[in-house]
Amino acid sequence: MVKTQDIARFEGVRLFFTGVGGQGTLLATRLVGEAALAAGLHASMSEIHGMAQRGGIVESSVVLGNIQAPIVGEGQADVLVAFEPLEALRAINRCHAQTQAVVNLAPIVPFTVAAGQGRYPDIARAVAMLQEKLAKVVALDAEALARQAGSVKATNMVIMGAVAAMQVLPMSKETWDACLQRIFPPKLYELNQKAFNMGYEKGHP
Amino acid sequence: MHELLSGTRGEKKFLLGNEAIIRGALESGVRFVAAYPGTPSSEIIDGFAALGPEIGAEVEYSVNEKVSVESACAAAQCGVRSLVSMKHVGLNVASDAFMTLAYVGVKAGMVIVSADDPSLHSSQNEQDNRYYAKMAGVPMLEPATPQEAKDMMVAGYEMSEKFGIPVVLRTTTRVNHCRAPVVLGEVVERKLEGSFTKDPFNLVVVPMVGRKLHLKLLEKLAQIKELSETSPFNTEEGTGAWGIVSSGVSALYVKDALRELGLQDRVRLLKLGMTHPFPEGLVADFLGRVEAVLVVEELEPFLEEAVRVVAQKCGFQGKIAGKEFVPRAFELDTVKVKEAVAGFFGVIHHRPQIFAVPEDLPARPPNLCPGCPHRATFFSVKKVFGEEAVYPTDIGCYTLGLLPPLQMADFLICMGSSVSTAGGFSRVLQRPVVAFIGDSTFFHSGITGLINAVSHNRNLLLVILDNSTTAMTGHQPHPGVWLTREGKGQPRVDLETLVRGCGVQKLAVVNPLHVKKTQQVLQEMKAGLKDGGVSVLISRSPCPLFERRMLGIKQKVVFQATGDCRPCLDDLAQLGCSAFVWSQDESGEACVQINEVLCGGCAVCAQLCQAIKPKKLEA
Repeated sequence: MVKTQDIARFEGVRLFFTGVGGQGTLLATRLVGEAALAAGLHASMSEIHGMAQRGGIVESSVVLGNIQAPIVGEGQADVLVAFEPLEALRAINRCHAQTQAVVNLAPIVPFTVAAGQGRYPDIARAVAMLQEKLAKVVALDAEALARQAGSVKATNMVIMGAVAAMQVLPMSKETWDACLQRIFPPKLYELNQKAFNMGYEKGHP
Repeated sequence: MHELLSGTRGEKKFLLGNEAIIRGALESGVRFVAAYPGTPSSEIIDGFAALGPEIGAEVEYSVNEKVSVESACAAAQCGVRSLVSMKHVGLNVASDAFMTLAYVGVKAGMVIVSADDPSLHSSQNEQDNRYYAKMAGVPMLEPATPQEAKDMMVAGYEMSEKFGIPVVLRTTTRVNHCRAPVVLGEVVERKLEGSFTKDPFNLVVVPMVGRKLHLKLLEKLAQIKELSETSPFNTEEGTGAWGIVSSGVSALYVKDALRELGLQDRVRLLKLGMTHPFPEGLVADFLGRVEAVLVVEELEPFLEEAVRVVAQKCGFQGKIAGKEFVPRAFELDTVKVKEAVAGFFGVIHHRPQIFAVPEDLPARPPNLCPGCPHRATFFSVKKVFGEEAVYPTDIGCYTLGLLPPLQMADFLICMGSSVSTAGGFSRVLQRPVVAFIGDSTFFHSGITGLINAVSHNRNLLLVILDNSTTAMTGHQPHPGVWLTREGKGQPRVDLETLVRGCGVQKLAVVNPLHVKKTQQVLQEMKAGLKDGGVSVLISRSPCPLFERRMLGIKQKVVFQATGDCRPCLDDLAQLGCSAFVWSQDESGEACVQINEVLCGGCAVCAQLCQAIKPKKLEA
């Protein structure tokens, strides 16, 4: 559990999110911002709307603490949150050697692969490559866990649970939970909380 | 109560830049809002549409940006505060009205939001609209954060009303789509009802009036310049002999870069929030305290040129740089700004090692959704007209038809260009010309091109892809929509009657999801092209995402590939539905499977291949 004095000493963190349209990356990014705000930190988030949502790549970012610029440049991501393994590889240039990553192992095969223009990379090898370069990689099949929790749609919250469990963000478990309760209507809260907790277990060292 | 209306003075909310703009307008008592949607501005009008009845404001989804400015300026002329928002290229469409409105002015506050898109995240160019404010001679504010966006809206209305001139709030994608804490003010009540006093010698811009108004505008600008000299949005921080001038989100990259380079006590940052009229005195004063200046801004050297002019006037001897160090194309970020700052001031800076992205990763371009009727239309047109025809296209979801395997887009410059360029192509080429345009885009600016083509007897087929909404930007209504939550939109403009009214004789309407019938009609139209003239095919089937969301119509079936689809493989490959999964059967031959989660149930593939069968979904 993070104590208040840790927040006072907290310099700043940059999180980079990548995924495919429809995976709920924007809501997940927003959750980080809301939780940071609730913990008394400054947060600034950047979203991309429009064309990217039609089955294309969706990238977003959130920065916490003393950092003001909302976007994450090359080599700047302290945390990589990848909703899809191929997109994790594509975002490797955002990372540095100390980057910690959460990577969802459930692939979404782009139609270019189906159409024979390129091959989907071997997932085990992709994870090995990320592990070799980055400080820490939590790889999990968030989709399967979300299904267990009750709905594939909660995949994003499984991933966020794993992010919350990493020792990078100074928000307490209670803060995260309070934000989940605020973001989701009562009907959906329980399911998403369950999913979040399953991810939290996976991410906890 | 809508979230943007709740919350009192001093409360902090985590708002999107576009939501902050709405809130700022609400805190200014705005009562007339008009826009045509366009990324990254769309959430502004959508937000107002969502809370319209609650605030008693008029919210207009205008047919295009020019109309939105004309419509809103009338309200502002009657003492009602108004807001117009648009993406950067929208201001090109609106510029005719915008330029003269600067002369005529307004009676109540009017803010025009121009949302620029550096890096072209979802645009056809990355023009820098700061030049529009300069060209028209209107004040401009450039926020860096959602908080500033809200505060500048409030200040913008005050300024606009005080000087009787529209104000431009120029944002960029990273302000519109940035979410950050915003400290709220109070939502203000104002009346929608206005009053109009006839004053033709100031409001009817014939040459003698225009001449007088131009002089008046120049006077106003001189007064407003005094405001920019002392604007609280122009701030200075840091100490030292080096200087940086910046504006908008670029200034945030500078702040982070200076902190990370450890240069805060060596560099003064002049962050400009009011950039037109340019605060020359303020900048001259700043130049007096530094030895060298770097101008850090995205896109064009707008501030750099202004700083150089001031330097020349005040005899500044130090070095000034900008675009030699700061990229002119695409967005900036802290990494790029660090490079520029370190390079210009000669600071040693260790570049972090960047991991290379593997080269062989498959691309994931945006795509037409599974079940999208546009895919079916493209498939049938290609089947009938093939590679020979030239296909000018337009702006909307269907622009994605440019990708393989469909590849049904040969030329595009702007909204409405499909039919007008088709007219040009048809005049100089001996090939069939088939143009595509969406319903919303047709109303926006396709109709004038159609009128032009008919009146000049061009030889072309225009396919209007009518999915009964503005899908690309988030399902906004347009003059022809018949799908609303209540089931029908009234009154509405009937597309067929309108097309006929433009003088089109050869008109047909098809449902593209009926493949055989559509191709038959296309064959007839192709034969008809030999006789010359303009033909129009309205290819009508609602956007399935919109239909489900708006009418709550549930999908009843998905399709499954059940057996030997080999004879149909070519057709299925050409259709290229993104729910298809290509694999190999036991004999190693290619075969198609359908991803049930993605399948939209449109049944087009089942009409091409007998091995594809429907499967009922549980209710």
